[in-house]
Amino acid sequence: MNITLAQYTALDGINESIKATIDGTETSVPLDPANRHYAEIMRQVAAGTLTIADAD
Amino acid sequence: MSKAAELAALIGSQSALSNRNLIINGAMQVAQRGTSETGVTSGNYKNAPDRFRLEATSAGTWTVSQSTTAPEGFSNSYKFECTTANGSLSADSKLSILQRIEGQNLQHLKKGTSSAESITVSFWVRSSKTGTYIVQIKDQDNTRSYSQAYTISSANTWEYKTITYAGDTTGALDNDNGDSLRIFWWLVAGTDFTSGTLATAWESSTNANRAVGQINLADTVGNEWQITGVQLEVGETATPFEHRSYGDELARCQRYYEGSELSNPISWSGDVTNGNTYWDVISYTVEKRASPTITIGTEFAKNGFSGTPSTSWIREKSFRASANSNSTTNGAYFVFAFTADAEL
Repeated sequence: MNITLAQYTALDGINESIKATIDGTETSVPLDPANRHYAEIMRQVAAGTLTIADAD
Repeated sequence: MSKAAELAALIGSQSALSNRNLIINGAMQVAQRGTSETGVTSGNYKNAPDRFRLEATSAGTWTVSQSTTAPEGFSNSYKFECTTANGSLSADSKLSILQRIEGQNLQHLKKGTSSAESITVSFWVRSSKTGTYIVQIKDQDNTRSYSQAYTISSANTWEYKTITYAGDTTGALDNDNGDSLRIFWWLVAGTDFTSGTLATAWESSTNANRAVGQINLADTVGNEWQITGVQLEVGETATPFEHRSYGDELARCQRYYEGSELSNPISWSGDVTNGNTYWDVISYTVEKRASPTITIGTEFAKNGFSGTPSTSWIREKSFRASANSNSTTNGAYFVFAFTADAEL
């Protein structure tokens, strides 16, 4: 899974999902450990190969 | 004895008369993402029958599709066709097709208890390349595996295979919505997966024991392999394939993936004021296994709005789509598609 961009989106200052480009497609990934894309993002963050930018 | 009586006798006390098949879309009827994908070199879910996923590394290039070639009684199959060969595999080369199953749907296997049930997989398979192939089951919760070989005897001929796996008294499956059991049909395996001894009983999963003896389906351009009628059930005997309606299989698939583009684009209309943001909560056709990844797809039409809708409040039953107005107008509208992916 090729994740090239990741940025939190927030509502009322609370992180609510991650906008991520996965295999070239822009997606919205919920902060749900049971979601395979969220799990992969967290794996890559832990491995130091991906950084999630703060929400705008 | 009638056919119904024969079936009942065959099933006996081993299994249920309905909902026996633990595999979803085993007849390969549902293909929401599309019916064909070329240039496949890596894993994931493809434009091919739903719920079946690929694992692929350094194993040539493939076209995968929902084929209309199938044995009698079936209409579709999952087809692989090699378009770029790899006759000199790397150690980590692999190509397999698999289905991942939720643990909460497997509790009747009683895995990890002294009453653990045997399970049997049955399927129709057809290939241009004869030889030995491997079917592996893997307990993801306890990292345990069990592999068995089958033989394709005649090229380009549908053959029916059944394989039984003894129950495992070690390692209970989690009773939740997670990925607990995987069943793999191997097509290509490098030495990382073939250098040991085939795991012909449940054991702690070791890569080298997963696919010992597997032939290399990627060795020649034009090699084909097809599968359909996949059934996984409790017991030591394969029963006749449990044909379910298209609507039933589609709903089962939509627990994991839903694409609105086919027939159900999202539409919103109303009066808008320039500079304001408008939102709507959109319910899925089927409640998802977990909160899904949302992708906004084709915009079919819009008036009074700019940009692409943004998403929030992504839950198992619905999500919120928001869009910004760029004009003050009566009768604004926005029609777009989305996909919701909660696959394992």
